[in-house]
Amino acid sequence: MTTSPTLRLDGVTNGSLSCVSLAIAPGEIHCLSGPSGSGKSRLLRAVADLEPHGGEVWLGNISQAALPAHVWRARVMLVPAESQWWADSVGEHMPQAAPADLEALGFTSEVLAWQVSRLSSGEKQRLALLRAISRQPMALLLDEPTANLDEASSRRVEAWLLSRIRKHGWPVLWVAHDPAQIQRVAERHWRIEGSELVEAASWT
Amino acid sequence: MDVIALTWWQLALAALMVVALAGCTAALRLGMGRSLLVAAARSVVQLALVGLVLEALFAAERLMWVALMALGMLLIAGREVMARQKRRLIGGWAFGIGTVAMFLSSFTVTVLTLTVIIGPEPWYLPQYAIPLLGMMLGNTMTGVALALDRLTDTAWRQRAVIESRLMLGQHWQEAVSDIRREAMRSGLMPMINAMAAAGVVSLPGMMTGQILAGSPPALAVKYQILVMFTITLGTGFGTLAAVAAGSRRLFDGRERLRLDRLAAPRH
Repeated sequence: MTTSPTLRLDGVTNGSLSCVSLAIAPGEIHCLSGPSGSGKSRLLRAVADLEPHGGEVWLGNISQAALPAHVWRARVMLVPAESQWWADSVGEHMPQAAPADLEALGFTSEVLAWQVSRLSSGEKQRLALLRAISRQPMALLLDEPTANLDEASSRRVEAWLLSRIRKHGWPVLWVAHDPAQIQRVAERHWRIEGSELVEAASWT
Repeated sequence: MDVIALTWWQLALAALMVVALAGCTAALRLGMGRSLLVAAARSVVQLALVGLVLEALFAAERLMWVALMALGMLLIAGREVMARQKRRLIGGWAFGIGTVAMFLSSFTVTVLTLTVIIGPEPWYLPQYAIPLLGMMLGNTMTGVALALDRLTDTAWRQRAVIESRLMLGQHWQEAVSDIRREAMRSGLMPMINAMAAAGVVSLPGMMTGQILAGSPPALAVKYQILVMFTITLGTGFGTLAAVAAGSRRLFDGRERLRLDRLAAPRH
């Protein structure tokens, strides 16, 4: 597996945040925290190019503007806090899901035949992560990936995500609230204060 | 066979019965009497006026006047398409897309039908051109309005789903494909239903009129089939163009869903 390139934000401005610059090396996880409404999700949306924004984002030496938008989003993949499903069965959303990944998240291949309507919110969240990763991105933007999960499955998802991230060397921007989780997963931790990102000490 | 002429006092008898109906609903306090009378009066005035216009148009038989009349009909239809949408595209796009789509489909099909199929002399003979165009525009307008309304309203409701599909790296056309299909369906359904029910459940108005006017039923049926096919063509291509242009306008150059391009619904 080739290592992914660095994800670099260069003066990104969106909503209340202005001139956010940071660089996430391959395989590194940067956590992002801040009060609700401070612009965490909107920053991720800007990086995925889902909203008009200022500044530029680079993946390695390729800029956001240099690629067609859908190619960029397939490489820099955003997994939102609330997952959405459009087809009836789970499998229609992720034709390339690997059995090993299903198992690691506590599912069997049978889940692919399940109706989306009978999934719990926790199951939806785990499957949404799986769906994103099965599309083989080169960088991940995770918006509270364990928000709807209990402690045990939250730890399980975390461990699975970490192993995938280490294996593929994805740069990751991860929105999180739980200080303990941030301490477990993050190489660096940024807090939103007003219109800027401030690096928080790793134990806060 | 000649048509039995209708005089104004015979129409007055029919009008009297409408007034009686309005009186009955008023007596029962159903609150429909007033709007019934207003609508009836409007239809008398509008039809009388259009009768005068058509008389003049038929007498003149000039291409310019026919074209002017067609343009007027098109603009009114465009306005109607815009007014029937709950969340329309702002900045003149709702009117523009609807009008251009109707122009491309209705006008092309009408001109083709006149020149290639029916072949009156001259091809723009108002007795053929105006009623044909009127039927085309009326139906195409309904199809385009229904399809655009469905497109914008569904995109608004399902914005989270569309954006979720974009986040997974889907092309905008793929992300909006289900909604486009829905919009196409609502635009074409009335015409498909009309064709399926024709002759069995309903006797189409144009055929009925022709038979009343003394045409042999076999000829009236042929004209009705021709008109239904041309209307389906006009509605189909018009809806196709409107849905293609409308869904493109929902996204910007970076394939972002831009619901800020839709107006808030008026109450």
